Amino acid sequence: MATKVEVREGGPATGRPAPRRTSSEGLFRWLSTGSGIVLLGIMAAIAVFLVSEAVPALRANKSNFFTELTWDPNGGQVFGIAALAFGTVLSSAIALVIATPVAVGVALFISHYAPRRLAAPLGYLIDLLAAVPSVIYGLWGVAFLVPLLKTPSEWLNSTFGWFPLFAGEGAIGGKTMLAGGIVLAIMILPIIAAISREVFLQAPKMNEEAALALGATRWEMIRMAVLPFGRPGVISAAMLGLGRAMGETIAVALIFPATFGISFQILTPQGNSIAANIANGFGEAGDIGRGALIASGLVLFVITLLVNMAARMIINRRKEFMKAGT
Amino acid sequence: MTTIQHISTGRRVKDRMVQGLVYLAFALAVVPLVSVLWLVISNGLARFDMEFLTHSMRNIGARDAGGGAYHAIIGTLEQVLLASVISVPIGLLTAIYLVEYGNGGRLSRAISFFVDVMTGIPSVVAGLFVLAFWILFLGMPYSGFAGAMALSILMMPTVVRSAEEMLRLVPADLREASYALGVPKWRTIVKVVLPTALTGIITGVMLAVARVAGETAPLLLTVFFTDSINNDPFNGPQMGLPLFVFDQAARPNDTAIDRAWTGALTLILIVMLFNLVARLIAWWRSPARGR
Amino acid sequence: MSKQIQVSGLDAYYGGHKAIEDVSMTIEPRSITAFIGPSGCGKSTFLRTLNRMHEVIPGARVEGKVLLDGEDLYAATVEPVSVRRMIGMVFQRPNPFPTMSIYENVAAGLRLNGRTSKSEMDGVVEESLKGANLWNEVKDRLSKPGAGLSGGQQQRLCIARAIAVKPQVLLMDEPCSALDPISTLAIEDLMAKLKDDFTIVIVTHNMQQAARVSDRTAFFNLAEQGKPGKVIEMDETSRMFTNPSEKATEDYITGRFG
Repeated sequence: MATKVEVREGGPATGRPAPRRTSSEGLFRWLSTGSGIVLLGIMAAIAVFLVSEAVPALRANKSNFFTELTWDPNGGQVFGIAALAFGTVLSSAIALVIATPVAVGVALFISHYAPRRLAAPLGYLIDLLAAVPSVIYGLWGVAFLVPLLKTPSEWLNSTFGWFPLFAGEGAIGGKTMLAGGIVLAIMILPIIAAISREVFLQAPKMNEEAALALGATRWEMIRMAVLPFGRPGVISAAMLGLGRAMGETIAVALIFPATFGISFQILTPQGNSIAANIANGFGEAGDIGRGALIASGLVLFVITLLVNMAARMIINRRKEFMKAGT
Repeated sequence: MTTIQHISTGRRVKDRMVQGLVYLAFALAVVPLVSVLWLVISNGLARFDMEFLTHSMRNIGARDAGGGAYHAIIGTLEQVLLASVISVPIGLLTAIYLVEYGNGGRLSRAISFFVDVMTGIPSVVAGLFVLAFWILFLGMPYSGFAGAMALSILMMPTVVRSAEEMLRLVPADLREASYALGVPKWRTIVKVVLPTALTGIITGVMLAVARVAGETAPLLLTVFFTDSINNDPFNGPQMGLPLFVFDQAARPNDTAIDRAWTGALTLILIVMLFNLVARLIAWWRSPARGR
Repeated sequence: MSKQIQVSGLDAYYGGHKAIEDVSMTIEPRSITAFIGPSGCGKSTFLRTLNRMHEVIPGARVEGKVLLDGEDLYAATVEPVSVRRMIGMVFQRPNPFPTMSIYENVAAGLRLNGRTSKSEMDGVVEESLKGANLWNEVKDRLSKPGAGLSGGQQQRLCIARAIAVKPQVLLMDEPCSALDPISTLAIEDLMAKLKDDFTIVIVTHNMQQAARVSDRTAFFNLAEQGKPGKVIEMDETSRMFTNPSEKATEDYITGRFG
């Protein structure tokens, strides 16, 4: 055995003189460490260059970037993030409210209800939902969902019109916050479901058995031994989903009618988001326009970064807790 | 006398109700998938012909039928290939660092954390970054390569995570056996660890490719639009298939909407193909593990 | 509130694999019955068929009859949930609910069965913890998490949790195998006390333990690996350990195999 290694190390097998061990080892180590540092560098560079390219436009802005509603950087040099940020938050919140319960249900279905043999393929079916490109959801939303929502929207408006979210006069339905929110919900559902499924599957079997042995029904067992255990995981999954929803671009760019205002009426044709505005506004943007869009992207980057970091910290703390527990 | 009492109706009803809700949730999640696929297939088949697959949109008027997505398909394939060429080495080496050299030190924990955070970067932000850095700051032109850079930022974290997972699956015995023979660490990694994990890594890369192949927003900001065939990803605006769908969908004519659906169908087929290849490799690998 | 169990012709399966075959026995109320035998002989599986926990494992099923004071636990109209309510179980590793306090752990089973007033609940919790010889050690920290207790205390907490719902039978699946000798002794003392009120069935690997605590002992064995386990012999514990009628039992007890 030793000779074989000697031959390999000696070089004739590769036909090249072998480099000294230490330097090859050092080079390889340096390369892999360097790649990791490149990744960190990219994260830093994203922040640096978004800031540096946004600053000139922000300087030229004649209004307050954080409070201004309108977006007219090319002509009037007036633009602000307020309406867009509001739209981003509202549409993502709608998505989260719809997607989280369904995703938790889906996760429980795969982890505790579906017949064992079907669980994996059915889980794969849900994962497929994540494989459908964003632009196709946009297309589907415009062609199928928007017309479909017309009647239910009118009903909601006439029955629950006193409720601010469902209020509004004139045109009801069409390209609304609700439609955008539902499409976003479908898009973030697979990620929330996948993570929740993992944490539900990790719930200790011995606690599940303890609950069953006490005479708990399946639901009572889940409430006693699975949900309390999975709660932090579901929370961080929902936050990752929220981050995804806020950054989602093309689907909502196709659906939102690109209005600039702050309104809680999710059944009237209005809506916009930071990401959608970037996609819709880029084509006609001049120098200041591009800078303004980059500035809005910077805001989006910071928000999603914070949401994601918070979610990851919850998950990581949980991992340590798990290690300590065993 | 009955010893065994039945559980109360309330508890039974609640149990059944939750079961019903859980099944309903699953059904609710599947409905949009079926609906999307059905709509894309039924609307997309109309223009799914040779002309669509072999022609560009050059010289096709606003109201004309005909035309195709050849230029977009070429663009997407080149951009995805370039994105892989950029992201796979960096991602793989980072994974090697995390598994083999990091030892849970501060740097490796920082990298690991930011890889996770990076998976959450909105695709449009990746596009904006390349726009800001490559096109505005360095003054480079819009090109397929710029798009590929944006896509590679989205691919990297996925590649790192899947490669890391695969490398960690390689048994420590294998490494130790190699060290025991006097093989240095880096050769052990290259000759023993990587080949063992290779199929798993390829699966991960294919899944990452499938994910970015459908991305529109980063392309929108970096490759610009064109209706013509541009085979050179380093020079001048290119098209991408997702971008083609977005572009056509935003036009008011039915002929354009038809092209958008067919583009969507083609895109889904390409994405599913990548997914399928990834699963096939994973499947092919599992019996091989037993050997 | 202690009942007799009669088993006749019971087979248990995991999918296509038959784990135990043709087990028949009578388990007397207010006594401790111990199951001994080598690993994999199906004694734990059999124990889990007595409160229908066996069928929790996917693909697992049972044939035969288990009668609790004459009533078949596997009759079509009987729900496993009600069976488990009547027949409590303590597991090999202490498994208190990690997210619940000591108090909530003990109260967990009772809360399933409708409302109980606060004072009543307090009473049951105290009574159960006293019954499990744990009250004095935890009475000042009932609101602390149950996972903070020592292994032996956790196991007694699990026993308190099981007896809080006042079951007819208490099944114990190697309850001391994860515990140190002192904790083991505490549990054994507890069992001797509990048998005044409950029918107790215990699976143990430790023959001294079986000899110390049980009134009757059943010896399980299998012909060879892959074959189903069977009851070789069942008798008064004193007789089993001094004068077994089967050669295999004697071999096992004297340590010649297993």
